[in-house]
Amino acid sequence: MSDLNKRMIEKYRNDFLKEVEANVEEGEWVKMCMQCGVCSGSCPLGKHWAHPPQEIFMMIRAGKREEVLTSDSMWMCTSCYNCIVRCPRELPITHIMHGLATYSKKLGLVPKGQPTATFAEIFWNNMMKKGRVNELKLGLSLYFKDGFGQGIKNAMANQKLGMAMMKAKRMSPAEFFGGHGIKDTTGLQKMIKKAQELEEARMKKFD
Amino acid sequence: MAKYTYSYYPGCSSQKGASSSNLMKSVQTMCEELDVELNEIPDWNCCSASIGYASGSELPRITLSARNIALSEQHNAGQTIVATCAACWLATREAAERLEHDPQLKAEADQALAEAGLKLENKTPIKHMAEVLVEDIGFDNIQAGVKKPLEGIKIAGYVGCQTNRPFGIHGESFENPVYLDKMIEAVGAESIPTYEKKVQCCGGALAFSEPEKSQEMIKGIIEAAYDNGADMIATPCPLCQANVEIYQDQINEKYNTKFNMPVVYYSQLISVAYGRSASDAALDGQLIPAKKLEEIAKK
Repeated sequence: MSDLNKRMIEKYRNDFLKEVEANVEEGEWVKMCMQCGVCSGSCPLGKHWAHPPQEIFMMIRAGKREEVLTSDSMWMCTSCYNCIVRCPRELPITHIMHGLATYSKKLGLVPKGQPTATFAEIFWNNMMKKGRVNELKLGLSLYFKDGFGQGIKNAMANQKLGMAMMKAKRMSPAEFFGGHGIKDTTGLQKMIKKAQELEEARMKKFD
Repeated sequence: MAKYTYSYYPGCSSQKGASSSNLMKSVQTMCEELDVELNEIPDWNCCSASIGYASGSELPRITLSARNIALSEQHNAGQTIVATCAACWLATREAAERLEHDPQLKAEADQALAEAGLKLENKTPIKHMAEVLVEDIGFDNIQAGVKKPLEGIKIAGYVGCQTNRPFGIHGESFENPVYLDKMIEAVGAESIPTYEKKVQCCGGALAFSEPEKSQEMIKGIIEAAYDNGADMIATPCPLCQANVEIYQDQINEKYNTKFNMPVVYYSQLISVAYGRSASDAALDGQLIPAKKLEEIAKK
């Protein structure tokens, strides 16, 4: 178990709702859910959620910490924002789901190999290197996320698509050697480091 | 002096050799025709899109967009920021709103920005290019400049998610927005206002991490276009365009379909209708050629 997870269990004991309110993006809205279920019915990937948003909200209030934070569910969010615009109480549901996913990741509770969690991390690291996304390397990192052998298989399976994209000048082999980026990478990285430190400090504040 | 001037945030996928470089090129052509000047925000960075959230939690993520707004305020003072990518627009606007309503977050973002020597006023309006067309230029003005009406082309207007939600275009419905249909009509093509998948999700970034689940949704988007007799799909969103166009081979293989549906941008429609060449309209960037558009461009 990660240290942060241990600390948070100690700190919030039996009050998972309070923990969510304090540590999850837009978490203070959770208690406003009236269990109508419109969010669950509006989600394009709804059938793939073990616990759809409405259920997640109730589980938070019922103190089902482990079940919620180790769930695969919130990783099904495609960020389509359908739930947000349809929620009769205007809860920022998309952001809460992102927030729960992020919090679960911070605590080290994401199910192993969850593909969207893996992709999200690859994306962030790719972008932070030069301040802009390198699409070619993003695609390759995704192919090779499960090792070299699987990577070659994936690359072969998508070879036709890759060639077509290059022919249409919508993918460039030059991106492999450098590629697009911003000038002030140092400034950007310092800025993000500071933001991360400030956010972490906020979470630890009432220790 | 151009009639309209904006501070432009093109986004990562619009760069040269990237997946929506055809959007960028056709937007430039369209803007030349509509007398719109786009001043790129110097040294803009990625907004972290709708997938960066898991590693870039709230403050780091919002700070990324804050940097772009600060750079725009510094270099393109007084100009409204315009984005062509749905995710860029959404992230930037969301960051601006959250920073406005949360003083603690703003104070922290300011501290982080200072590390890069930047200062944020956060007074800049942020628009999507579709808003520029609908609100600033207007359908009548778009129609007035048409040289080659796109007659005989039936187009399914696919708005997608993030151009439509949570902000959307002012006065439009989230469930059935009609501005894209109006734009299609303005350039002389036939629209399908009842296209039932116009705001259906294509899977977004999950098309990469959960291809099977996403392609099932993409299949529905294309199928409905065929059912409505569409010759092509048009969209304002770079990820919608890519997801709906490039996986058609894989979908055909899996579902035994015969999809070959071109997916173009509104900016390509306007460029061709304004008499520009197939190359200026970036039609050579299609994986599935938009033949009916090419024919009109050649005339």
